[in-house]
Parts: sequence; structure tokens; C-alpha cells
Amino acid sequence: MKNIKFLLVGVLFGTVLTKTEAVSWFRIQEMFRFQSFHMYGIIGSAIAVGMLSIWLIKKFKVKAINGEEIEIADKQFSKGQIIGGTIFGMGWALSGACPGPLYALVGAGYATILIVILSALFGTWLYSYLKPKLPH
Amino acid sequence: MLELLKEPWPWYVSGPIIGISIPILLIIGNKMLGISSSLRHTCAAVAPFNIQFLKYNWKSEMWNMFFVAGIFLGGFVGGVLLNNGEAVKISESTVNDIKAMGINSFDGLVPSDIFNWDTLFSIKGILIMVLGGIMIGFGSRYAGGCTSGHAIMGISSLQWPSLVAVIFFFIGGLLMTHVIAPFIYQL
Repeated sequence: MKNIKFLLVGVLFGTVLTKTEAVSWFRIQEMFRFQSFHMYGIIGSAIAVGMLSIWLIKKFKVKAINGEEIEIADKQFSKGQIIGGTIFGMGWALSGACPGPLYALVGAGYATILIVILSALFGTWLYSYLKPKLPH
Repeated sequence: MLELLKEPWPWYVSGPIIGISIPILLIIGNKMLGISSSLRHTCAAVAPFNIQFLKYNWKSEMWNMFFVAGIFLGGFVGGVLLNNGEAVKISESTVNDIKAMGINSFDGLVPSDIFNWDTLFSIKGILIMVLGGIMIGFGSRYAGGCTSGHAIMGISSLQWPSLVAVIFFFIGGLLMTHVIAPFIYQL
């Protein structure tokens, strides 16, 4: 199965998110109150390592293991980053988790978080349905 | 060693591991880190209903579903197998602010006096778990990504629309935390 490798990266990602408490509702409360450096340290150092890695990949023209050129698609700007971004941020602070942590929390045994995931699926569907009518 | 792994992992260990997943995904599969896309693929697979935005070959994005299934398993590894049973050590001032919201359970990763089945069937629970979830799904897709795709992958690859998105994630988060949520959590 060619997809197993992505499952393994996911296991690492989910384990780290959980053990560093980035999945915790309590840490999100703390972050949005600027009462600890913890979450900023996680996000900041992840970005620093990501940025350096991408710079190295580009500089040395590193290829993917299947021989393809590595492509990083541009994110297109739209009003969605402003309106959708604000709505997402409000949901993140209200439920105390973003999508990655939601999956990890269910794995950690927090069954009611399944309701949050089902609701997020409905929200995604609702956006898809309303997309032609929304400003972009 | 196992005891050490069971301790909470400091940010300077976890942040770089999260960051290194970016080149790992690029090198092993030419894939860009992103988690909220899995919600779109699920909608496309189970409820496309002739909606233009959900008409695409979601099967070619199966890697993303395996990735999030891995995150779920990682939650089990980190939250069950490596659980040391201690409360999250948030700052004293946060503890006080949370108590002022009427929350008194500090065990576990989320407060059990909110995230339980009884609370779900109340106005408060519906707002926190259902409305919050809808906003997460609607907002992330409208913004074109969430914390992973925009904050980590997008900023790492120097994409200014991602920086705009993250600024507004925070504007929304601060507005909710300081202005709206205090009313909802008091219900």
C-alpha cells in the first residue's frame, strides 16, 4: 500500500501534537490570552524548521523519492482568508481545537469530540454548497 | 526512556518535529501539509450532491485520509499509551480565568464538565461543540486551509495569503475568547 507511509507520518504528527498538549483546550485558552509562550514556541519553531527545509529543498533542487520535481502550489488570495479566517478563528477558540487536534483527541478517547468533527464536516459541506453565493 | 516520553514534550522538541513533517511529506510524496482538506474529501466522497466544489477526484487525495487516520492513531499513542495521568500544566493566570468561566475540572486534555454527553444536549453544549465545529469546518474551507495548511505550511513557504489568513484566525480567536465565549460558557 503506497499510502501507508502517510499514515506513519500522521502517527508521528498526532503523537507529537498530543504529547506537547497542542490538542488541549486548556492550551488554546492560554494561547488566546497570551499567558504562556508554549503554543507560540510550537508554531514558531515548526515554521522556522519548515522554512529552512523548503529553502534547502529549493536551493539543492531536492527531488521527491519518485523522481518528480517538488512542487509547492501557490495559495491564491481571496476575501476568504479574511472572512473565512475570522470564522475559523472564532470556531477554534470556541471549541478549543483545530482540525488536527480534533482527530487526535478522538484517538485519545474523547468521544464527544466526534460531534465537533461531524459538525466541522457539515460546516465544510455548507461552505461547498454556498460557495457560489459567497464573496471571494 | 519511556518515563521521559510520558512527560509532556516541550515546545522546542515538538515544534521542530511538526516542522520536519513538511519536508518529509514533500520528499516521500510531493504532498503539501494540510489537514482540513480531509473534511472536504470526506464530503466529496459521501455527500457530493452535484455541488461543483465537491466534484473532483477525491480518490486521488487518499494520501490525506491516511495521514489524518495516522493523526487519530497518534492521539491514541500520545493520549493513552504515553499518558502520564497528569493535568495540563497551564499558567496560574489561565487557571484563574478558566475557573471564572465556571469550569472546575482540570484533568485530561479538555474539561470534562463541558465535553460530556449531558452538556451536549444543552444550549451551551450545542454552541461549543456543534456551532464551534461548524465554524471550524466552514471557516477553514472558506479560508483555504487551517492551522496546518496556512500557519505552518503556508508561512513556511512564504505565501502572503497564508499570513493574512493566520492574522484573521487570531482576530477571530481573540474576539471569541475575550468578547463572546465568556457569555457562552456562562450559559
